[in-house]
Amino acid sequence: MFVTSAFAQEAAPAAAEGETHAGTAVPAEEHGTFPPFNAETFPSQILWLVITFGLFYLFLKRVVMPRVGAIIDVRNDRITQDLDHAARLKGEADAAVAAYEQELAEAKANANKIGQQASDAAKSEAESTRKKLEAELEKKLGEAEASIASIKAKAMKEVGTIAEDTTSAIVEALVGGKTDKAEISAAVKSAAR
Amino acid sequence: MAADKVDPIHQFQIHPIIPLHIGGYDVSFTNSALFMVVTVIVASAFLYMSTASRSLIPGRLQSMSEMAYEFVGNMLRDAAGKQGMQFFPLVFSLFMFVLVANLIGLFPYFFTVTSHIIVTFTLAALVIGTVVVYGFAKHGFGFLKLFVPHGVPGYLMPLVVAIEVISFVSRPVSLSVRLFANMLAGHITLKVFSGFVVSLSALGAVGIAGSILPLAMAVALTALELLVAFLQAYVFAVLTCMYLNDALHPSH
Repeated sequence: MFVTSAFAQEAAPAAAEGETHAGTAVPAEEHGTFPPFNAETFPSQILWLVITFGLFYLFLKRVVMPRVGAIIDVRNDRITQDLDHAARLKGEADAAVAAYEQELAEAKANANKIGQQASDAAKSEAESTRKKLEAELEKKLGEAEASIASIKAKAMKEVGTIAEDTTSAIVEALVGGKTDKAEISAAVKSAAR
Repeated sequence: MAADKVDPIHQFQIHPIIPLHIGGYDVSFTNSALFMVVTVIVASAFLYMSTASRSLIPGRLQSMSEMAYEFVGNMLRDAAGKQGMQFFPLVFSLFMFVLVANLIGLFPYFFTVTSHIIVTFTLAALVIGTVVVYGFAKHGFGFLKLFVPHGVPGYLMPLVVAIEVISFVSRPVSLSVRLFANMLAGHITLKVFSGFVVSLSALGAVGIAGSILPLAMAVALTALELLVAFLQAYVFAVLTCMYLNDALHPSH
């Protein structure tokens, strides 16, 4: 059966009347007015709402909200703590990196210094060796020159005796007889001049 | 009784489970009260159990509890500043209560607590009451500066003050009617479309074929209602934050 709400409302009072005649008064009141505007139910609803909502309010205020608030606070504290911890660790890591870089720079500087020193030492050693060698060569050159000079002087002196000997031999062959050695020597010297 | 099955209003009816009368008032424990209790127990149990392990790395359920907590916390801090955080328990319990009540109402045969104007109005009155009491306690008559905006020319002042007063007075009404009307209309629409499906399929083969369209609508509406359930809880909480901001800083 298709029943519209209008028909239902029409039918309701009729049914209520029928029931009233049958002797039950309560359904008549229920069907009489639109239920939300039935003032007879107001005291009961207000009373029970005050009781239930009051208890609900107290329960939430005393038990639930402190608990949920505490859970959220603890979590927030924990998150802040963890963030602090992470920041501290990051700081430590940064410091370690800085120290490492400093040490690296120092080590590099040291290495450069050592290299420089080694190269300087090598250079100066090479220089001194070169100087020593040059000095030796110089000395040898000087000695050689001296020996050449002495040999030359000796040779020059021997040239005089050879000339005297040759002269005396020539004089003896040409003139005959003995020759005065001193005379010849003087003559050679004058001729050599 | 056949009429009751497709009567879209039937779901909002309140009937007593444990009759109770105090001082001439009917304060019976009704189905509405039952679902208030269910709402409170479900919301409390979810928040309590999901955070029981207090894990540093939350599971899915704990994440949901924490998200709800931080969502409302940020909403309140953005709207009312650091001072507003003293109202955090109030706003958080309002948000959770409305949200869970809305969501529970989506289950078939379950009663929707927030579809009754008196419930939403009581919650709205609680908010506005807090604003007024705190506002006067904190600022004395300085709280009335709320109705006197800066930089308005003198001749416009009576008009502006009247408008501000009306807007303030209509706040509890708009706050409660918005939530109530959304839940009510959503559930009626859902019920009407579901009723079409039942009525049409009783007509035989043609009716069953024809009932596919309202069925699809009912499915789509359920998704929409799920969104509305979240959205209305959010809107209720956001407006609460903004009204509380007025109590903290009346001069705007």
